[in-house]
Amino acid sequence: MSFRTPTGGRIDRNRVLNFTFDGRAYTGHHGDTLASALLAKGVHLMGRSFKYHRPRGVLAAGIEEPNALVHVDRGGGRDAPNLRATQVELYEGLVARSQNRSPSLAFDLGAVAGLLSRFLPAGFYYKTFMWPASFWKRLYEPAIRAAAGLGRAPTAADPDRYLHRYAHCDVLIVGAGPAGLTAARAAAATGQRVMICDEQPELGGSLRDEPGAVIGGRASAAWLAAATTDLASRGNVTVLTRATAFGWYPDNLIGIAERVTDHIAMPDPNLPRERLWQVRASEVIIATGAHERPLVFPDNDRPGIMLAGAARAFLHRHGVLPGRRAVVATACDSAYAAALDLHAAGVTIAAIADLRANPTGAAIEAARAAGIPVRTGCAITGSTGRLRVTGALLGSDWVACDTILMSAGWTPSLHLQSQSRGKLRFDAATASFLPMAQPGQRSVGACAGEFDLAAILGVPVSGAISPNGSHTGLVPGASAKRAFVDFQNDVTARDLALATQEGFRSIEHVKRYTTTGMATDQGKTSNINALAIVAGQLGNTIPEVGLTTFRPPYSPVTFGTIAGASRGDLFDPERRAPMHDWAAAHGAVFEDVGTWKRAWYFPRGRETMHDAVARECRAVRNAVGIFDASTLGKIEVVGPDAAEFLNRLYTNSWKKLGVGRCRYGLMLSEAGFVWDDGVVGRIAEDRFHVTTTTGGAARVLNHMEDYLQTEFPELLVWLTSTTEQWAVIAVQGPDARALIAPLVAGIDLSPEAFPHMSIREGTICGVPTRLFRVSFTGELGFEINVPAEYGPAVWEALMAQEAPTRSPTPYGTEAMHVLRAEKGFVIVGQETDGTVTPDDLGLSGMIARSKPDFVGKRSLRRPDMVVANRKQLVGLLTEKPDDLLEEGAQIVEDPRQPIPMRMIGHVTSSYPSATLGRSIAMALVEGGRARMGSTLYVPMPGQDITVRVVEPIFYDRTGARLDG
Amino acid sequence: MLIIPCPHCGPRPENEFRYSGEAHIARPADPEATSDAEWADFLYMRSNPKGRHAERWRHIHGCGRFFNCIRDTVSDRIERSYPAGTRP
Repeated sequence: MSFRTPTGGRIDRNRVLNFTFDGRAYTGHHGDTLASALLAKGVHLMGRSFKYHRPRGVLAAGIEEPNALVHVDRGGGRDAPNLRATQVELYEGLVARSQNRSPSLAFDLGAVAGLLSRFLPAGFYYKTFMWPASFWKRLYEPAIRAAAGLGRAPTAADPDRYLHRYAHCDVLIVGAGPAGLTAARAAAATGQRVMICDEQPELGGSLRDEPGAVIGGRASAAWLAAATTDLASRGNVTVLTRATAFGWYPDNLIGIAERVTDHIAMPDPNLPRERLWQVRASEVIIATGAHERPLVFPDNDRPGIMLAGAARAFLHRHGVLPGRRAVVATACDSAYAAALDLHAAGVTIAAIADLRANPTGAAIEAARAAGIPVRTGCAITGSTGRLRVTGALLGSDWVACDTILMSAGWTPSLHLQSQSRGKLRFDAATASFLPMAQPGQRSVGACAGEFDLAAILGVPVSGAISPNGSHTGLVPGASAKRAFVDFQNDVTARDLALATQEGFRSIEHVKRYTTTGMATDQGKTSNINALAIVAGQLGNTIPEVGLTTFRPPYSPVTFGTIAGASRGDLFDPERRAPMHDWAAAHGAVFEDVGTWKRAWYFPRGRETMHDAVARECRAVRNAVGIFDASTLGKIEVVGPDAAEFLNRLYTNSWKKLGVGRCRYGLMLSEAGFVWDDGVVGRIAEDRFHVTTTTGGAARVLNHMEDYLQTEFPELLVWLTSTTEQWAVIAVQGPDARALIAPLVAGIDLSPEAFPHMSIREGTICGVPTRLFRVSFTGELGFEINVPAEYGPAVWEALMAQEAPTRSPTPYGTEAMHVLRAEKGFVIVGQETDGTVTPDDLGLSGMIARSKPDFVGKRSLRRPDMVVANRKQLVGLLTEKPDDLLEEGAQIVEDPRQPIPMRMIGHVTSSYPSATLGRSIAMALVEGGRARMGSTLYVPMPGQDITVRVVEPIFYDRTGARLDG
Repeated sequence: MLIIPCPHCGPRPENEFRYSGEAHIARPADPEATSDAEWADFLYMRSNPKGRHAERWRHIHGCGRFFNCIRDTVSDRIERSYPAGTRP
């Protein structure tokens, strides 16, 4: 049986579209929503409620729909749950299914929850499932989650694309109903850059539901067409449809989610599914209209009960009738317009039940003139019917019907204005909070409480009916049982009353306790009724109770839209060192260091990581290894005061460092803790090549800039990041000099001319280089700096050398860590954690005490910095050489003490050392240096590992190997 | 996202900037002459007001300069900005 009118509506009756709902095939028309197409087939039952699994139909016609949430499956992982059927535009082949029911909508086992509703009151999960605690995880939560809830999140990766766009404009108008269109045309006429967005597929808003209105002598449809054409023709106006302004952010940044392809059966693959607009507007004009308020009466949620305005929208937009015989229950005039329009379309209006004792005006007279029975001072207090309403209780009369249309008045949509912390005032006459203008923002039309079309459009209007009336809260004389306030969360008037009886006073607490106004509803249909009921319970007025705070988003936004292109490889873009491709081609396994990908180790054949690292370490100790150190931070410090600047930033003294020499620099935070370290080379009197840790480069430069700009602005120094300008190849091992010598020109490499901790400029392979003689392995070592783009060529030239007997062994960061640990070199961020002083690391010798000041110096004298039992760096050797400690493991004096044990330190580094044939570790231990030779314990699951405290240096204590 | 007025570049979106804590906490000219309490005060004590707050920002993805501004911590409105080393 069809509920489609023979003519009318804004659909294209020549285009028939096939779709399925819960596996059953239907047809609709282009211009239908899923909801209108189902209603046209007489299908009202579209969902089951959240908690009680009550059968639910469509309540509204738009974004505020709380009941008809559906899952749309486009195939291939294109799954979208919780879409409002009233917003899903029909396309050929649409596949939709209902949610929260098992096995079917008509027969839902979960509905037993409805029978138990007296045991499932507000906050039931706080009360019923309290004990024992372990049952929450294993029983209550899984059971509740299975029974309650909305749709299921898709599990497959989303194949669609989402894009972000930024835009600026002078005026952004949110909402393209009569008020928004009027504001947009006025702004456009001044030549300003104007944007107007609307969440509907076409402009017009509520005007589309007023075909009978005559605006300035023209039919409303003609006025709308002219306005739309006018805006589209202007070069200074951008019009966005299917675009929901979901959030206001500071300084008028508006987030708009545009649905680009969801309404298209076969979208252009080059189009994104959705687009996030971030629009910065000098002025925002909010024209978001109003949402109709349901009447709160028992069983007000049966399929076939909908808002009067929604029925009108389905009729005028889609040519769909809600039923054959309707009861209209209202507290305002606009429902009369729905009754009259449906009456004219052939629906029997069994009665209009008006809560008002003596309503007067054109709407009432027109209804009476049309022969519609109008009952005044009449409350609807119940309904009957199972999967579809079959009767309405008006006073003591049961009136048979298949549809109940209700209206308690209209609630201005304040979401964006409230998100912007705009002030509100309460208008008692309409029981509405109304927005107040603030700089850069104003509200117009229904969202500002102005419902009169003539006033909104500024021209004479006839044939339109304004609301003129309002009711809030439970209808008089009705029971609060099963009188739903928030349909989506199954919150009844009784739940709200219970919450106040249990002592909840703040509306914010009542909201959280009862969950009213949560989820996709966000208070659109439920807010004012809930406030009125709470106010009534507390003996307060609605403004005394206050409005809950609105927060973004106004309606759900997909994660895809928020993420945009920032996913997969682009989620956190990786940095690749110049020799990355060579390493990848040669089988390197990479590790993440900050945002860098670094070669971790280079396994050969079937080598394990352990095997590979051991081989790489042996090669460095016995021959020569080659390592990509390009990720080290590099800062060029230049200027007449460069040495003085470094003197103030580092603990060391720099004034006497000769040109061509290097020094290991230690940098502290002002609080005296180790902040960064690195080798610094003096290129010229006024020029230093500073290196930082890989992860510290950006914060060290920021730290330097901070002091230079704000504390020492008198110093003439310039800082430039050169991290990505230099490729750095570390060549380490006894054969290092022999390896590079044939390729280097212009530098005397002899130990006398080029001692350890020196820097020279020359060429390698004909490429200009800053050649450092430094060692982070304890072996003879060089670090070759060449312009980054030459890095791979120089690397390959080095790999092609066979000096003296074979090519160098590439090694990765793991071998680098082991080699430096064997020498007891610390890594900032591994041995340190922001609470470690130079003395804690045994690096007091790095502090130039003669300097009057440097960053962090004064802090080193603070009382807690000099106490005897500070944690100090020590080496640890396990009693059994093959035992490998776990980094981060805690250290105790006595493993037999009761739990909780007193922990006196932790392991900072731990490796198997191929060089030493045993494990080694470093640790921070309370008073560690006074414990040399003593035994401590590392309790681990199943065993306590016995360790001996030793000096934190395990290899070549005299440094003899530095000279090869 | 705030619009922050860089005194050197003009109004720019917040994501070009980096917050740098309370302003006008001068590093003592002679740290060695301070008492432990005075030094601890300099290091750690901040006013954390409700309302007008003088704070430092750096236009890190712009001119790179540190500057000061007055922001209301309740309304998030920025009253004005001014170069480092100057007073409002």
